[in-house]
Amino acid sequence: MKRVTKHFFADKDIQVILGTLLRVGVIVSMTVIFVGGLLYLLHHEEQLVDYHVFNSLQQEYSSISSILLGLSRFNAKAIIQFGILLLIFTPVARVVFSVFSFIIERDYLYVIIGLLVFGIILFSLSNRLVH
Amino acid sequence: MTVLLFTIIVLLGAFAAGLLGSLTGLGGGVIIIPLLTLVLGVDIHYAIGASIISVIATSTGSAAAYVKEGITNIRIGMFLEVATTISAVIGAVVTVFIDPGYIAVLFGLILLMSALMMLKKKANHVDLETSGHIANFFKLNGSYPTESGEIKRYTVHNVAGGFAMMFVAGTISGLLGIGSGALKVIAMDNIMKIPFKVSTTTSNFMMGVTAAASAVVYLHRGQIDPGIAMPVSLGVLLGATVGSKILVRTNSDRLKIIFAVVVAFLAVQMIYNGVSGRFS
Repeated sequence: MKRVTKHFFADKDIQVILGTLLRVGVIVSMTVIFVGGLLYLLHHEEQLVDYHVFNSLQQEYSSISSILLGLSRFNAKAIIQFGILLLIFTPVARVVFSVFSFIIERDYLYVIIGLLVFGIILFSLSNRLVH
Repeated sequence: MTVLLFTIIVLLGAFAAGLLGSLTGLGGGVIIIPLLTLVLGVDIHYAIGASIISVIATSTGSAAAYVKEGITNIRIGMFLEVATTISAVIGAVVTVFIDPGYIAVLFGLILLMSALMMLKKKANHVDLETSGHIANFFKLNGSYPTESGEIKRYTVHNVAGGFAMMFVAGTISGLLGIGSGALKVIAMDNIMKIPFKVSTTTSNFMMGVTAAASAVVYLHRGQIDPGIAMPVSLGVLLGATVGSKILVRTNSDRLKIIFAVVVAFLAVQMIYNGVSGRFS
């Protein structure tokens, strides 16, 4: 019984850290999107929108490298996309954190499951699926 | 339409979507996609890309609060994420090869199902007696603190069936850019017999990773446009945050019926426009 309670509290600490990680990720990425959004409106306010037909090639910031390049030039659209990247990486960071917490708990079965999930996301990041 | 006007309309619509989504537990994507496509004439592929970003924002935001309460079962979440991430990537890869009309019809059908499920009374199917070998092997059985502070134990059943259903939920999520919470709840409540407090928080916890897996595919394909994703994500998150604050004070049963009617109307619109070829 003692073992069970101890396990519960270890889980509890991890849950508090996890919650903070997720919250900080959302706040930071949303702030970046907001700042980028203000700049975007400032520069493009009067421009006309055209989203009637999807064109895969129209989007200039559709890879991590192009977003980082645009970010170094303070391009408003690239700043928004960077915020979106940070948002996408928040739950991914949560998976990585969980893997470490399972290592500490010596729960190797879940270390493997966590790595598997992380591997699937890395695979989809590898950019081979759409080109 | 100018960028400024478009941004303001989408921001207001996304705020309303986030607000209603959090009050009823349906999520923002179900309103934002019809708004973008039917009202503003945005191509459905852009709408899907923007919607998945709002799914990540709202589910991660609320998961942060739930996880701290200790109700979320992180092991169940991680285990089922194997199914949802693989299938979400498959769905996101396949979605551009499907006729947009079919996507609109499928979206409408999922909407109708979600509206019906929202009205259905939730029942706990907990039974502590039996638990399968798989649940024991993967250490899925758990416990959660109730409001009175006591610790309630529960066991998990039919893991294979739940895993298969999660595969379907992930595919739908990748195809349509929604969280597909309704299907996740079917998998966990009805098939795996997990108490609904645990299943709703755990499904929410999984949504972020599932959505991230397909968002990466959308991003590379150019489906995530900063001009649409910016007002959608900001508006939905703001609406959802306000919604979670007023949740306790409103009569949610009445609100659910009103919202179910709205969602059913949107569903019929999506199906009608899909069949009549407006999306193609």
